[in-house]
Order: sequence, then C-alpha cells, then structure tokens
Amino acid sequence: MAVNNHDEEILAKNNIIVTTFEKLWNWGRSRSFWPLSYGCNCCPIEMMASGAARFDIARYGYEVFRAASRQADVLVVAGPITAKMKPAVERVWAQMAEPKWVVAMGNCAVSGGPFVDGYSVLPGADTIFHVDVYIPGCPVRPEAPFQGLLELKKKVEKQ
Amino acid sequence: MEHFFVNTAHALVAWLTGLGLAPGWADLILLVVQWIAVIIIVILNITVLIWLERKVSGFIQQRLGPNRLGPFGMFQTIADAIKLLTKEDIVPSQTDRMIFKTAPMVFIIISVMLYVVIPMGDGMEIVDLNVGLFYFISIGSLSTIALLMAGWGSNNKWSLLGGMRSVAQMISYEIPLAFSLLGVVMITGSLRMSDIVAAQSNIWFVVLQPIAFITYFISATAELNRGPFDMPEAEQELTSGAYTEYTGMRWALFFLAEYTNLVAVSALMATVFFGGWQGPWLPSWLWIIIKTYLILNVFFLIKWTFPRIRMDHLMSFSWKFLIPVSLANILLTGAGIEVLMRMGW
Repeated sequence: MAVNNHDEEILAKNNIIVTTFEKLWNWGRSRSFWPLSYGCNCCPIEMMASGAARFDIARYGYEVFRAASRQADVLVVAGPITAKMKPAVERVWAQMAEPKWVVAMGNCAVSGGPFVDGYSVLPGADTIFHVDVYIPGCPVRPEAPFQGLLELKKKVEKQ
Repeated sequence: MEHFFVNTAHALVAWLTGLGLAPGWADLILLVVQWIAVIIIVILNITVLIWLERKVSGFIQQRLGPNRLGPFGMFQTIADAIKLLTKEDIVPSQTDRMIFKTAPMVFIIISVMLYVVIPMGDGMEIVDLNVGLFYFISIGSLSTIALLMAGWGSNNKWSLLGGMRSVAQMISYEIPLAFSLLGVVMITGSLRMSDIVAAQSNIWFVVLQPIAFITYFISATAELNRGPFDMPEAEQELTSGAYTEYTGMRWALFFLAEYTNLVAVSALMATVFFGGWQGPWLPSWLWIIIKTYLILNVFFLIKWTFPRIRMDHLMSFSWKFLIPVSLANILLTGAGIEVLMRMGW
C-alpha cells in the first residue's frame, strides 16, 4: 500500500510519522556534515571564524572538523589546487568514506580565482571532482559557508 | 522510591523461582538482566553526554552549541549516530585485519566491564567484590591494549605513534592513580566498594584525603586520554592518532568506549571521594547520578579550558611530581592513622 503525501500529512497530524529508510538516512546525513580540515590561507581563516563565537557553525551541528579523512563527510576545498597539490587532494578524496560531498569554497576553488593564469594552478576544483556546492567570494564571509552547507543539506535531503 | 530497583530485582527472582526455576538459574537470569540494563543505560547516557559536552564547550567559548535539532539541539547526537551507522565501512588493504577489527570491540567490552563493581545505589552493586577497587584499577588499565591494537593493526605511522603514546601514558599514570587510592584504602581497611561507601557516612574522603583526590583526578584524566592529556589522538600532530584509519561505526565504538570509561571513572570518583550514594532526602540512586554528572561537568570544563601539554612534559610531570606526591600522601596518611590510634580513636 503506497502512502502519498496527502495521507502522510493526515497521519502526521495524528502524531504518526511514516518514513522510509532513505529519508531517515538522508535526514541524519544532511544534519551532521563533518568537514575535513583542508585549505590554504584566507578561506580557512574565515572558516575558523565561522566555528568561533560570533558565527558558530555548531548551531547546525557541522562543527566537528575532522583531521582524519576517514571520518569526514564533506571535503571543503578552501583554496587553489596547484599541480603539486592535486595528487594529495585526490588521495584524500579517495580515503574518505561514502557518502561524501565536495564543497568548493572561495573563488580559487570555484574557478582558480586571481591565480588562474599561473602555470601551476588548476582552474577550479571541478576539474578533478564533481563539486556539489560552489561558494563564491574572495575570501568568503563566514555566513557564506553556512548557506553553502545548508544548500548541500537541501540537496542531500532530495537524494 | 528508595529501594525501587532492589525491590524490582527481588520481585523478578521471586517470580522466576515461583515458576519452578532453581535459585541459581534465577540469579543467573537476574545477572543477564542487569547486564542488559547497564549496556542500555550506558548507550542512552552517552547520547545525552555528547550533546552536553558540545553545549558546555559552546558555553565556554561563548557560543551556543547545537540548537537547531529538537529542544536545545538535543537530537543532534541522534542525527550523528544515524549518519555514522550508514557510513561506508573501510578496512584498508594493508592492515592486520583481525587486530584492526577486534580493537574497537575489545575497547567497548573492557569499558562496560568497569560498571560491575560500582555501587549505583544502596545495595545496587552488580557484584560486590571483596577486591572491588583493585578490580576497577586493573580492568581500567586494560583499555590501553585496545588502543595499542588499533595503532598496530592500522599499519599507519600516526596510528602506531598514537598507540605507543597511549601505552607510555598509561604506564606512567597508572602508578600515581593506584597510589592515590591507597590512602583511602588505608583508612577504610578494605577494597570492597560497599565498605568504602559505608566508611564515608560521617565525612567524605575528599576532606580527609585532598592530596589523594587531586592526584587521582589528574591521573584519571590522563588515563582516560582526555582533556589536556589527549596525546594518543593529538589532532595537530597525529591527525587522529590511533583512530586515524577507522571509519563510521568502528570509530564511533571507540568514541562510545571513551565516554563509557569517563562515566565509569566519574562514578568511581563519586564513590570513593564523595560519599557514593549517600545523601539526604533524595533516593540513593539519584544521588550517585547527580554526583557523577557534576564530576563529568568538571571533566568537560577542564578539557575545554586547558591546552594540550607536550609529551615529555606529560611524562616528567608524572614521574617527577605526581608519584612523589602520592607517595608522600601515603606516608602522611599512615602517620596520621598511627597518631590518631595512639590517641585512642
């Protein structure tokens, strides 16, 4: 017996919540992104600010920055990827456990930014990964990664 | 309310023997029920504790902490647990698979074993061993084997360093830990937990043994790999130390075991130094919960206030300061007992 949206609403009014495993998993996953600490210089500083007192990323439950790639969910590419850094990022990405996502934070990660003409800089993280969310800015303000992660949350909920 | 749990246990045994079961079998079933109760309480308690720690750390750093999911963000841990349960389980190809896979299980089993001797209320020990305190110390020090297994089995240099650090730390801090509890044992004349609680009916041992309490607190923090002494998983130096290669639920088991250890040590501290389950007005099992939670909050406070200290400082602090101080405490306690006995106490 299929339960459509209308039935679900009626049931929810009577305190009966119908769900599927996919929905439950996506609910959990979308509310506990653990970012991997990775970046170069200025965007990570803004990211630290987003974890600190004034902005507080912990409100959404995303404050668990993991140093080990095995335990992280979101690879936040915060900085330009150079030709020398490319194998390291790829390895870190391969080490992460599924389900995993990529967020390109800042102009350098989105498109190469001011360094795009350099001989050693890749034009954006999407040359290597399938990027889920782009956060433009140079550097981005702490509000921007919040919105980026919340957009990623919407995306994961729809999976 | 006072004897609610004890009466329930007696009723269960009476009902089972009424069904025609031999008393030995009824006791065995009661033991199994107690074990399941301990495991359920431990796991439910930890979901609350992780939320509490994130909140406390938030308040210390002038943040709010998790507040989007449920009242005051209380469902945050549930979301984390669902996510960790559904993460991919990676066992790297170059690991020692057997050791890698058993390490988290060994850790959690050892930490749950600690709850056997802790009196959770008036007559609420699962087993009232006559060497209860000794049992607690010896089982508590076993958890380093799990960390060493994790470090060795991962076949990763950071993991191995983390495991080795854990062993070095445990060997150094086991001695002041045991010595500081010796002062209490000298006064009580017994290693049995119920005797230690009964001896504190007039005055708590934290008043009689302040030096022992402080040395025990410091070395217990080091034994738990917590707070300023979390060298085995020092994130700046060793990525995640012994846990570097673990994903999803295997890593979560380590985390769970660490918190289980923490609660057990806090409960022991409440039992040995703060009068155990004794207290006015409220039922005894509520008193031990209140005391344990207060001590846990002190642990959280210390973890989020102090920076991590260096490895060699950690070692020299134990060998050059804590061990002499705890030895002096034993001498002082012995002299005090002798003098008081001569005076006719």
